[in-house]
Amino acid sequence: MGTTEKIREIAAGLLRDGKVDVVIGYGPGTLPLRSTPLFARTVEEAERLIWDATCGNNLAVYLPGRKDRVGIVVKGCDSRAVVQLIHENQIAREQVFVIGVPCAGIIDRRQVEAAVEREIRAAREEGAELVVEGDGWSRRFNREEVLYGACRTCRHNNPVLYDALAGEPLPPRDGGPTLVEIWEKKPAGERRDFILSEMARCIRCYACRNACPMCYCTECFVDSSTPRWLGRATDAGENLFFQIGRVLHLAGRCVACGACSRACPMDIKLGLLLGKMNKDVLELFGHEAGLNPEEPPALNAFRPDDPETFLLGK
Amino acid sequence: MIIRKERVNDFLNGLRAGYRLYAPVQTQAGPVFAPVNGATGWSWPAGNTLKSAKEVFLPQTETLFTYRTSLDGVQVEEARVEGRVVLLGVRPCDARSLTMLDKVFAGEGVRDPYYTARRENTVVLGLACNEPCGTCFCTSLGGSPFGTAGCDLLWVDLGDRYLVRVLTDRGKALVEGRPEFAPAGDADLAAARELEEGALGRMGTVPVQGVKEKLDRLFADPLWDRVYEKCLGCGTCTYLCPTCHCFDLTDEVIDGLGVRLRTWDACMYPLFTLHASGHNPRPTQKERFRQRIMHKFKYFVDNFRETACVGCGRCIRYCPVNIDIRAVLAEISAG
Ligand code: SF4
Ligand code: SF4
Ligand code: SF4
Ligand code: SF4
Repeated sequence: MGTTEKIREIAAGLLRDGKVDVVIGYGPGTLPLRSTPLFARTVEEAERLIWDATCGNNLAVYLPGRKDRVGIVVKGCDSRAVVQLIHENQIAREQVFVIGVPCAGIIDRRQVEAAVEREIRAAREEGAELVVEGDGWSRRFNREEVLYGACRTCRHNNPVLYDALAGEPLPPRDGGPTLVEIWEKKPAGERRDFILSEMARCIRCYACRNACPMCYCTECFVDSSTPRWLGRATDAGENLFFQIGRVLHLAGRCVACGACSRACPMDIKLGLLLGKMNKDVLELFGHEAGLNPEEPPALNAFRPDDPETFLLGK
Repeated sequence: MIIRKERVNDFLNGLRAGYRLYAPVQTQAGPVFAPVNGATGWSWPAGNTLKSAKEVFLPQTETLFTYRTSLDGVQVEEARVEGRVVLLGVRPCDARSLTMLDKVFAGEGVRDPYYTARRENTVVLGLACNEPCGTCFCTSLGGSPFGTAGCDLLWVDLGDRYLVRVLTDRGKALVEGRPEFAPAGDADLAAARELEEGALGRMGTVPVQGVKEKLDRLFADPLWDRVYEKCLGCGTCTYLCPTCHCFDLTDEVIDGLGVRLRTWDACMYPLFTLHASGHNPRPTQKERFRQRIMHKFKYFVDNFRETACVGCGRCIRYCPVNIDIRAVLAEISAG
């Protein structure tokens, strides 16, 4: 049985037995290489659920503050968000039925679009290959080569928390140098120039924040009007201030799912900032967010031997 | 008229004496309109630009005036809109959207001086779409891939040359007497007609008939509970949309030196309608999503007898959760 059928079967069972009020999963998108979040409330609606390498959205974004009982389809990274949200009391463990999917990586559609330089009218997976088609042309890609960078080095492709698994666990990838590891070796000036040029492109649509399952504050600091923390002008400085604020608020909480950079219409490399922060938290506190339902998040725990290198005079 | 492609550079260089040129410039994420120096450093993009042409007339961040407060009172200095501009390569949907923005910012009664000055100073050089994208649906909304509304000139790419349609006096002033242009022949006109028919043949149709009448009575319909549910409430659809035009006004003051800014804002944000009392008449994303649809397909029609969507497809392409306005419209017309 394929993953899609397995998800449908689990979801239909949950809805039929009245175990959940809704199953949040993926449905077919209206564009090639796109899927779309699907809220299934009936057995019939569950029949429209799908799974493929375009299921990039982190659906845990729909969990905070829910009052109903919910089934949710999660990849490895998404499951970490569920764990973290439970830690942060945004949803109760009893409220969620986690349908885990071992994930072989999500296709980076921008990379595919850039490679073909033409409009893609249709796309499908054929084994290890991705076939894209346009008007009178078609092209094959090795699927592995058009995955998101973060997926290619992902060490947490199997869900860390699940009530049912739709598919067999996959071997974890061996990692290899992450983009952050490569990038942080560059000279400071080069890194600064790159970040500022990225920030200059930002239109402050806040898709990154709103796609992030961990950005659930009812009033984000950027939306506060009394006091106003952030100017309304869209320039590299204000935009950078927004991202620095966001990244620091996510210290020890970001689950490295990449939902923020995928949502960004301006293709801003947010993963570099968050990846660097995640790496620092790991090196300083030995913690990765959302990996362990038993272990408290880095900022919730105090150990006498916590490093304090950030204190002045140390 | 006709201009051969190898002469375009001369034409643009000639314009530089009297105009600043804006054209689609490629960025990491896609093409956006930006200042250029003649024919290099930019190209006509295959589809539409990532951000629409509205930002040339209604910039995302705009200083309206600066002021200085002191014991002697307040001195105000108004920002000036400078110079004449030629905007190159505007697709017909974006050009048509300008005629809608005109109704809001340069209509009877209200004339926004900044917007109006930019409109009056800018020559819009349109570029017909020989190959509309899969997300384009301008023809369903009264537009066309070869439409001329909002254009001063419309250029049609005929391979080694452009057919140039002169539509306004402003457009005429740009090309009249220029040595790069020659009169168009019957073959040129026939070639353009063939391309136009080909483009029209590629367009999908979206059911929009009767949507306004449906919306007149759908305000409290349970439909909204469904269609909004996956919306994240970001500003992507509104900020990229050529007809969305809501803005915010803020003062930024440091040590008595103030700037009044006008910045884009969006009905998709909670802050957009938050009252000082703390009450919010659009408390959840459902009301905000409904507002976006209502404003485009009902309120704008009530106010100006036109639908405030030109079918450019940007919101479809860039919505992070693939909310497709065509599907929403189909649901409304079926509802
Ligand atoms: S999604 Fe991208 S463009 Fe939008 S606010 Fe975030 S970084 Fe800026
Ligand atoms: S900050 Fe980005 S990568 Fe981290 S949890 Fe949020 S969406 Fe995922
Ligand atoms: S609503 Fe969407 S399709 Fe219509 S004009 Fe705006 S961005 Fe384009
Ligand atoms: S772009 Fe999509 S998710 Fe964002 S506000 Fe618009 S419809 Fe909602």
